[in-house]
Amino acid sequence: MRVLIKGAGVAGLAVAHELAVSGIKVEIVDTASGVGTGASGFAGGMLAPWCERESAPETVLTLGRRAADWWDAALPGQVVRRGTLVVAPARDGAELRRFASRTSGFEWLDEAGIASLEPALAGRFRQALFFCKEAYLDPRAALTGLHRKLLGEGVSFRFGAEQDEEHPGFDRIVDCTGHGRINLTKDLRGVRGEMLYLQTPEVTLSRPVRLLHPRIPLYIVPRGNGLFMVGATMIESADDGPITARSLMELLNAAYALHPAFGEAQLVETGTGVRPAFPDNLPRVFESDGRIFVNGFYRHGFLLAPAMAQEVAEHIQTPGMSTAYPTLKTLRHNPREGVRL
Amino acid sequence: MLELYETNVSSRLLLGTARYPSPTILADAARASKTEILTVSLRRETAGGKQGGAFFEMIRDLGTRILPNTAGCHTASEAVLTARMAREVFGTNWIKLEVIGHQDTLQPDVFALVEAARILSADGFEVFPYTTDDLVVGERLIEAGCRVLMPWCAPIGSAIGPQNIPALRSMRAHFPDIPLIVDAGLGRPSHAALVMELGFDAVLLNTAVANAGDPVRMAGAFAKAIEAGHSGYQAGLLEPRDMAVPSTPVIGKAVFS
Repeated sequence: MRVLIKGAGVAGLAVAHELAVSGIKVEIVDTASGVGTGASGFAGGMLAPWCERESAPETVLTLGRRAADWWDAALPGQVVRRGTLVVAPARDGAELRRFASRTSGFEWLDEAGIASLEPALAGRFRQALFFCKEAYLDPRAALTGLHRKLLGEGVSFRFGAEQDEEHPGFDRIVDCTGHGRINLTKDLRGVRGEMLYLQTPEVTLSRPVRLLHPRIPLYIVPRGNGLFMVGATMIESADDGPITARSLMELLNAAYALHPAFGEAQLVETGTGVRPAFPDNLPRVFESDGRIFVNGFYRHGFLLAPAMAQEVAEHIQTPGMSTAYPTLKTLRHNPREGVRL
Repeated sequence: MLELYETNVSSRLLLGTARYPSPTILADAARASKTEILTVSLRRETAGGKQGGAFFEMIRDLGTRILPNTAGCHTASEAVLTARMAREVFGTNWIKLEVIGHQDTLQPDVFALVEAARILSADGFEVFPYTTDDLVVGERLIEAGCRVLMPWCAPIGSAIGPQNIPALRSMRAHFPDIPLIVDAGLGRPSHAALVMELGFDAVLLNTAVANAGDPVRMAGAFAKAIEAGHSGYQAGLLEPRDMAVPSTPVIGKAVFS
């Protein structure tokens, strides 16, 4: 069987990996010049389904809790399992309690607890939540690592492809083109996310830290070598233009609130990605015009791509399941049963 | 019926559209609230107004009236520009006018607000100004052409509920014929019931619903509280007194001693 995958972002690469390990011949095409040029390359890379449960439905936790193991197996050594620390300025203590009331899998930390986990934050916050089961990875390293691994598994890549070229000779086509489907796939919209990279040798963090704020919640993910990814805005727009002054100001302000030494950091990169999302902000797998579509990862690309990829692979290898099947939406009501296509 | 700029609505709940967990939940909350007016921020949610089409389409599909707002504007000219963009995008003369004067409390800049209200009213807009409970500012806004006032009862998103009840009473007494909509600061359904009992005409909510554990259920809870408070006001509330009043006459009762 030969399968063509359109799109070399996190979804396409994850699907390719699932298929390749089952011995299926896979080719990936992308109009871009390399992997992860869409929203994936601007992701935080947090495998944090317990934290995400604050605003996401249970499905995100059910499917996402397997993500760290999947990435660990696919790319040994890239997943860092040190949990997530959630803090709030003293006057926003209500935000911390609200966050706690919507989530599980955490413990409350006092000042001493915070200091022992992240000495750089000692004395800066009175209370924090620690989600010890969570993990993270560096999305760009993961994307290039997966690219290399797939090449080793015999997957072929073709970059700089034409937008609408024909694809004869494939048994199945899986479309993982993300925000490229906005205006083409019903109900798919873009949610703009802006991020930036700061570099400073003065702050050391060993895990992602989320700073709660009633208006501007943000996270900072350490990337090593004094590099920190700060993200991310959530704006209802498919505009992928440069970061706005307001967003830049808010992200920097929040970073500064987390630690004043970020005020001296160098701003080494800003970026904008457009997250594809369906109205319920959950990903879907569906078949249309003989193609399989995987889309709508919203802010959960690295978190949910493994589960979606497994389901696509299972679907392709299960004969007699080729007619229109329900989308993942049905899963909201029955999360424990896993994804049924 | 509530009349706002010659438009009659039966729901006294106006709902904001920001910061819901998902558009699906926003849509379900809007339906549960039975709101007939959704307010939409042009600035925050669009990064320039050109895009954001899919989100606006979803809101339009809910079939309610749209009240665009100028959230995030800090000067009169910014607010006027945003209002004009909103008129084009949404095809309505209605504008919820917000000019923020204080970054932290999001308190309105009432001077710039009056200025922007004057410009927009002269330009044919029907202005819903987000203001404080200050009577003089209210008068100036009416002079500027506003025929609705939207006082805060506490800072935006604070959820602390009515902070100055005498000021709200006084506002109701001074503007008996102007629709008064409490905008901002409500946290729970009882807060909404309270301001409706004071005789306010409607309530605008966003954070209290969007950030609730179950926004859909909270939308329904507020709808009931608003209706209860309004009915209570119309039914004529008893004034509290500082002594007990027996509900049946004492004189003439048999005495057993």
